Amino acid sequence: MHAILKHARNTALTLMGFAALFTLLLSVVYHNTLTPIAESEAQARMALFQQIVPAQLFDNALLADTQVLPVDPLLGNQQPIVANIARIQGQASAVIFEVVAHDGYSGDIKLLLAIQADGQLAGVRVLAHKETPGLGDYIDIAKDRWITLFDGLSLQKIPATLWKVKKDGGDFDYRAGATVTPRAVVGAVARALDYVAQHHNTLFGAKPS
Amino acid sequence: MQQFQEISLNALWKQNPGVVQLLGLCPTLAVTTSAINGLSLGLATAIVMGCANGAVSPVRRLVPDEIRVPVFILVIAALVTMIDLTIHGFAEPLHKVLGIFIPLIVVNCIVLARVESFAAKQSPTPAIWDGLMMGLGLTIVLTLLGGMRELVGKGTLLSGIDLALGERFAPYVLHVLPDYQGFLLAILPPGAFIGLGCLIALRNWISAKNTSSVKPASTAAAKPAH
Repeated sequence: MHAILKHARNTALTLMGFAALFTLLLSVVYHNTLTPIAESEAQARMALFQQIVPAQLFDNALLADTQVLPVDPLLGNQQPIVANIARIQGQASAVIFEVVAHDGYSGDIKLLLAIQADGQLAGVRVLAHKETPGLGDYIDIAKDRWITLFDGLSLQKIPATLWKVKKDGGDFDYRAGATVTPRAVVGAVARALDYVAQHHNTLFGAKPS
Repeated sequence: MQQFQEISLNALWKQNPGVVQLLGLCPTLAVTTSAINGLSLGLATAIVMGCANGAVSPVRRLVPDEIRVPVFILVIAALVTMIDLTIHGFAEPLHKVLGIFIPLIVVNCIVLARVESFAAKQSPTPAIWDGLMMGLGLTIVLTLLGGMRELVGKGTLLSGIDLALGERFAPYVLHVLPDYQGFLLAILPPGAFIGLGCLIALRNWISAKNTSSVKPASTAAAKPAH
């Protein structure tokens, strides 16, 4: 009996020793990579912003200039989201934020939009989607230029009723074989434009703090 | 030297993890939608396997039998997390491509299988070699399978190389079949099973052909003795 207990104790101690050792190693690596990871993520985010916001639209630190947007059906968000504000000499020139289209072919489509103060879209990118590879994934800039057709559009240029794919009587091209996907994207972009139009003063009126 | 050659032959052909042992099928089938995806995950797995075998082998006598599996899993999970964090911190573009695959390596049973069946019984140097070679064997299968699915499914080869190695490699993407409409089945999960089936059949066919061509030779050599 004594031998069994001793064996059990040694086994437990060995397991504990390994757990402690590897926890220690992990925490060392974690602490040493914390700053580089935060930096490279900020860099990646900035690179993404630069894709959709032309350089002449901002001279502020985009990543630090934020405003919280509350939950709104037009944005498709379940939690308040953080929008980034682009400014030139303190004057807000564009707002950058994420919207979610819940009506994708397979799951949510996460979009990043930049909308200028005059209501024009500076650019749209798909951040995450689960659309069928080879059919619905042309909304991704890595696969196709389709998403750039939104550049420069606004609710003034195209009336709200025409923010649909051509199949539904709207103004937007889509690729054969996948209409659900672009329908979701076009709808989400139109709702976001609507949101910005409705909250124009809150978004663009606020002076920099 | 003999031992190392035997390990390599075993890992790359006789006991290839991808087409013979059929271990770690989840990532094999999930990520091989292109040759570059297959190659990237394969190499990441090979590095983890080399490290895991190398970490377990020196402490194999300290680990009692009853708790060896929890200890091995602990070692593998910790290593994978450390590699994941390091890549994330210091090679962001690579992390974008491999990001979702690297945590998957933890659940790849080929890693645990080699630790358990090889590293737990052998000294560190052969153990590391075995891990790297088994990983390489898997890499070859993943790259072939990814290349097949990419070619049939999209008509290209090496797509995504610019994400893995940098923008300047973008011209290296080969559009093997111009104006190809694409064959969706190859990209979707069933294509992975069909492709893997073809690779296993090919491997078995070559192996059967070799043994049957060896046999007559040996009987011919044996005949005069009778």
